[in-house]
Amino acid sequence: MSDKSKSLAKAEDAEHDYSAGLAVIAPDAVKDPGMEPHRVRMTDKSEAHEKRAARQVAALFLFSIVSSAFALYAYFAFPIVEGSNASLRDNTLLLGLGAALGMLAIGIGAVHWAKTLMPDAEVSEARHQTRGSEETRARAIEIIDLANKESGFSRRKLIRRSLYGALAFFPLPGLIVFADLGPNPGDSLRHTMWKKGTRLTRDPDGKPIKASDVTIGSVFHVIPEGLAELEHHKLEEKAKAAVLLVRVDPSILKESAERKDWSYDGIVAYSKICTHVGCPVALYEQQTHHLLCPCHQSTFDLTDACKVLFGPASRPLPQLPIAVDAEGYLVAQDDFNEPVGPSFWERSVNE
Amino acid sequence: MSNATATAKKKGGFLAGTANYLDERVGVAGILKEFGRKVFPDHWSFMLGEVALYSFLVLLLSGTFLTFWFQPSMVPVIYEGSYAPLKGAEMSIAYASTLDISFEIRGGLLFRQVHHWSALLFVAAAGLHMLRVFFTGAFRKPREINWVVGFVLFVLGMAGGFTGYSLPDDLLSGNGLRIIDGMIKGIPYIGAYTSSLLFGGEFPGEAIVARLYSLHIMIVPALILVFVAVHLFMVVIHKHTHYAGPGKRDDNVVGYPLMPVYVAKAGGFFFIVFGVIMLIAATFTINPIWAYGAYDPSPVSAGTQPDWYIGWLDGALRLAPTHLEFMIGDFTLSMNILIPLVVGVLFLVVVALYPFIEAWVTGDKREHHVLDRPRNTPVRTGIGAAGVTFYAVLWAGASTDLIATHFQVSLNHVLTSMQILLIVGPIAAYMITKRACLSLMRKDREIALHGRETGRVVRLPHGEYIEVHEPMDEYELYKLVGYKAYQPMLARPNAKGVITLRSRIRAVLSRFYFEDRVVPPTKGEIEAAHDHGKELH
Amino acid sequence: MTKQKLNNARRSPLAAIIVILAGLLVSGGGYAVASSAVTSSTTAQTSQEAIDAGKKLFLANCASCHGSNAEGGNMGPSLIGVGAASVDFQVGTGRMPGQASGPQMMKKPVQFTEEQTAQLAAYVASLAPGPSIPSEEWVGEAALAKGDTTHGGELFRINCAMCHNAVGAGGALTEGKFAPRLEGVEAKHIYEAMVIGPQNMPVFNDANLTPEDKRDIISYLKYVEANPSAGGEELGGLGPVAEGLFVWIFVLGGIVVITIWLGAKSN
Repeated sequence: MSDKSKSLAKAEDAEHDYSAGLAVIAPDAVKDPGMEPHRVRMTDKSEAHEKRAARQVAALFLFSIVSSAFALYAYFAFPIVEGSNASLRDNTLLLGLGAALGMLAIGIGAVHWAKTLMPDAEVSEARHQTRGSEETRARAIEIIDLANKESGFSRRKLIRRSLYGALAFFPLPGLIVFADLGPNPGDSLRHTMWKKGTRLTRDPDGKPIKASDVTIGSVFHVIPEGLAELEHHKLEEKAKAAVLLVRVDPSILKESAERKDWSYDGIVAYSKICTHVGCPVALYEQQTHHLLCPCHQSTFDLTDACKVLFGPASRPLPQLPIAVDAEGYLVAQDDFNEPVGPSFWERSVNE
Repeated sequence: MSNATATAKKKGGFLAGTANYLDERVGVAGILKEFGRKVFPDHWSFMLGEVALYSFLVLLLSGTFLTFWFQPSMVPVIYEGSYAPLKGAEMSIAYASTLDISFEIRGGLLFRQVHHWSALLFVAAAGLHMLRVFFTGAFRKPREINWVVGFVLFVLGMAGGFTGYSLPDDLLSGNGLRIIDGMIKGIPYIGAYTSSLLFGGEFPGEAIVARLYSLHIMIVPALILVFVAVHLFMVVIHKHTHYAGPGKRDDNVVGYPLMPVYVAKAGGFFFIVFGVIMLIAATFTINPIWAYGAYDPSPVSAGTQPDWYIGWLDGALRLAPTHLEFMIGDFTLSMNILIPLVVGVLFLVVVALYPFIEAWVTGDKREHHVLDRPRNTPVRTGIGAAGVTFYAVLWAGASTDLIATHFQVSLNHVLTSMQILLIVGPIAAYMITKRACLSLMRKDREIALHGRETGRVVRLPHGEYIEVHEPMDEYELYKLVGYKAYQPMLARPNAKGVITLRSRIRAVLSRFYFEDRVVPPTKGEIEAAHDHGKELH
Repeated sequence: MTKQKLNNARRSPLAAIIVILAGLLVSGGGYAVASSAVTSSTTAQTSQEAIDAGKKLFLANCASCHGSNAEGGNMGPSLIGVGAASVDFQVGTGRMPGQASGPQMMKKPVQFTEEQTAQLAAYVASLAPGPSIPSEEWVGEAALAKGDTTHGGELFRINCAMCHNAVGAGGALTEGKFAPRLEGVEAKHIYEAMVIGPQNMPVFNDANLTPEDKRDIISYLKYVEANPSAGGEELGGLGPVAEGLFVWIFVLGGIVVITIWLGAKSN
């Protein structure tokens, strides 16, 4: 149903006819009546209005000068005094207001000048087809043909193909040097600082925690002993080793046979790193025993091995097996039995 | 040099002398001749792209200021500055230098806020500009490539913003990086290695801030400048589009000349945009990093969201249903991360390719410089409404917890409702919008044929009451009826007598687009309607 | 002294003065002893009075849900052992007496006077040992002025911000529950909440957060309250969501209004 039609007005060269596709070309369509007559403004008719508009524009520009000068003044007159929040507020506010009004006034003045004093009769400018005229296109084709003939680009297959190959290969050394951006992760994701006998300590100061400190309804934010004093890689270790320690009534814990001795009298420890994409799962609801991650609202059931109840996470939080040492302090029995945190492709492959 | 020329030069004065100097070396006279009186149409909706452009300039200026003080190092240091609740705390140098900018340097906090507010405005204005271009069909030939360039600019804006707000290494943006790390790890096969490459080892590492810094101040701005240059170059060679109306055709452009009107209006507008940003930055807090604290993998704040333009991706993550991770043998496939990623990428791809899809369906190869009124293209407008709804639901999905606390409803109900709305919403939006457009088109046709209702009721000699309608003047009439209508095609056999699949698909799509249509009334129909009206008098 | 000397001493002018002084000492001292005895027994009486008054208030306002002996029921938990701190918190913030049942008890206008609250607290505390109301040593003005806001801020972010938000603006929990906004909450109520763990808030006992830690956390919160952001209006402390909405509605909206003026024909 296509219809060819002359789409643009005549120019010096013959215009190309474009297909109108599925457009309906109605021969009896209402014709363009041409531009509306120009409506005269008050500032065009009345000299008093024009003078007033001109004064307004100038006043705006003058106000701008005053405002910008005020900003300069405020910078010095309202210094930041240490310990005074109000002084910082004043400096920021007044410097900013002065600068802002200085700029707004220029802008409003310039626009007002254009709207009221500059001619506002609309003018029409001809458009030409974006494509070149037939003559131009012919000359362009001529040039390309000439370049092709003189270089022999199309004809010389061996040169052409070997050139493509060379161009494909030369950037590769430039890309490969980015390989040292980071090391092969190896098994770094599979191990944390937790080992057999590592004491559970309080985040952030590293004070060890006694089992008797953890009362029912408590939640302790835990890091392994030694992490607080680390000189290097402190945050990297914390990003895997952060743990939540909670005590509930032991009778409500649903523990599998293998994990029966992972808790201590209702005290359980779970990895704090969400198995979705790694935010700290830090919200503990004391009455529902749910752990909530604030980033994407994954919810875990603390009484049932932290399995996922809601939200985009899929795997339960890894559990840290804990025991009590001779002095009553909580210690880990071992590292986690699975990689902590977000999933990755090789997660289950044992190395 | 002859005496006459020397005298002539002196007569012109300094300005003339300068102009002459430049013309002799650069040929400015030719440039002025070509561009000086270029015509630009005047409509407020054409200024949205300018808002984005000017916001970008403000970003460059304020950003340069910040680079003189910000230090992108993650080496830990003890804070000794004036903000009391952080004195003595351990933090990265990046965070400490951002605190210093905010609390020690006059104008530092102001310019940090100018920078961040204009970043939000840049992407918002670019987005609104894209919507205007979409709904008026300004992406049609010859502007399809410019649409893609603009799309790339929008994505670069998101990249610039994300790399920027992650630089202070605060708790909020640090958790954002943690989420990105988690998402990258979820990519099959290359995930863990890519994460290690990006962060220089295990998360968080000590490299990421400096790397994001180089992206943020050098690579992304350079790319934006290049693409902006291409974008504006094409606006110059295509000339700007204009809305349909009397005197406006595809072979002309109606408006005001560059000099002096546009120099004044557009130049003035730059000062207005900069002034508004400065005003907001002086009076409203944004990104108070001192309140969030330095990044640490253990603490987290309730209400952790990214900046608004990344929100739709965070929402996509939140809306993924539970238990979407599977094992393939020994390997873990995290569909709960991959599906949101794929959905996001697909959405962007459809947006980028839309002009080509529509061009293929209509087969219209003419250049279009007159804009469509959105109501006159009901299906395109409906598709746009559906796309906006889809994006908006994803965006709202990023603030489920804030919606829950603000409206005192259950977090879980909010999320489930949004999961449903994500599917139902766009479909409903499409249907309602399309029907609304068709109704408006019918109303326009009514008015064109029978004139406007005046509210004056007249009793005719034979007893009938009628309302007097006022016919429109020719200029108003042309605004209503001067649009192009399209009709669907039937699948036809090609030269070999075969109906190809391509042809079938095109026929189906053309029906989808143009089956429901309202054609503009012709001259004959309008005259007939007027005659009919005259009979009643 | 001989009888003669005593008679002479009785008749000296000094004798009158001595007798008056002695009389004053005896009567004044005696009154002091007697009144302190009265006061202490009055205090003891007031405490018992307080408990009795508290019991009356309890039976009238609380027993319908918490049982006539505070043993609990299906409408309300047992209050035996919750201590004066729980009552001071719940009643002092208006959460109790509870009204509509819902995901959690909402803060409402306080229904009882300070004296009545103290009486209720005394009654509940008398039932069994439990957390007591924190002393001025930890929540008084002087104590808070001494608090280490840096340490308090660090502890707040690790233990509290995930529910209450980094500046205490509040946050969502599951199923319609929420952690409330902390702005304007009295220091002792914040302390009590940490100690008792009301509803779904966990318990932060003194082994977890020592009294000094708790004081530091409250000092931090009060500092934040007293020092609003120097950058200007905070938009509720809600972060990027509020900022994004603001930019779309007011900044871009305002600029669009300006562009309409800019593009309109002048009169």
